Amino acid sequence: MLIGRKMGMTRIFKETGEAIPISIIKASPLFVLGKRTKEKDGYNAYILGFGKKKEARVKKPLLGLCKKAGVEPVEVVREFRTDDLSGYEVGNEISVSILKEGEMVEVTGWSKGRGFQGVVKRWGFKGGPGSHGSHFHRTPGSVGAGTYPGRVLKGKKLPGRMGNERITIKNMKVIKIDEENGLVGLKGGVPGANDGLLLLRKRENKG
Amino acid sequence: MDEKKIMEEKNIRDDIPDFSPGDLVRVTTTVKRGAKTRLHRFEGRVISKRGAGTGKTFTVRKISQGVGIEKIFPLNSPSIDSIKVLKKGKVRRAKLYYLREREGKAARIKEKK
Repeated sequence: MLIGRKMGMTRIFKETGEAIPISIIKASPLFVLGKRTKEKDGYNAYILGFGKKKEARVKKPLLGLCKKAGVEPVEVVREFRTDDLSGYEVGNEISVSILKEGEMVEVTGWSKGRGFQGVVKRWGFKGGPGSHGSHFHRTPGSVGAGTYPGRVLKGKKLPGRMGNERITIKNMKVIKIDEENGLVGLKGGVPGANDGLLLLRKRENKG
Repeated sequence: MDEKKIMEEKNIRDDIPDFSPGDLVRVTTTVKRGAKTRLHRFEGRVISKRGAGTGKTFTVRKISQGVGIEKIFPLNSPSIDSIKVLKKGKVRRAKLYYLREREGKAARIKEKK
């Protein structure tokens, strides 16, 4: 479990000369701010704080939480559910070295917002011919039958808002770990724009 | 973009000599065929250099049996064994794509002294 920000993409070479595209994620500083326990809250989770922020710019309740944990004011707070709460104590720093090169992780991010899009972009409809008097270019076409059922079926793919949704990618390979700078390099692209927030979880069961 | 540079650092080769478009170079690459590796040479004019970081590439053009051949090499790839600059060329632009339309005497490049 790591919280990070996407820093961009690059490629690195294997010794064989093969180039691997990698996404760079900065996942430090990251601290344990607190714990949720079954007895008190009904579930077990770590409360993690990520990033740096000026003390004057942090809301007071959060500042209190940081002070209590004895860490610098953080920017982002997220909870990670877990069964075992014995791994870390409140105030501990979590390093990227909890991941190893070659391991698989799950990455959650928020995709880039595309705004209001038509069916061709949003759902991959083919669209019609551009010319030869077709008059049918990028419109959705028929949305259903006639008197029966007399309505448009639920879930019909129509134009609308696209992107800006939570997306989780399973099984991304960790290619590089830079403990000193708190960087993780994953093979391939991750959801969202540069500087977007990402959550990383270790893949427990490789099913 | 500092983070990018940190990640790329170890993949940037510093043993590659400085060369620019117009130069005549000999690029030696390692080719893996099964278990054996052998060296492959390609000699020609550099007609372009592009990109940054680990993605930097250069294009070498030569005429082989009357046919123009261009090869694009990733500059920082470990499969490049060595690059030798044979002649420095005197050119006035960064991309020498005009050489594609020329052959023989018209495609000559003056040597830089």
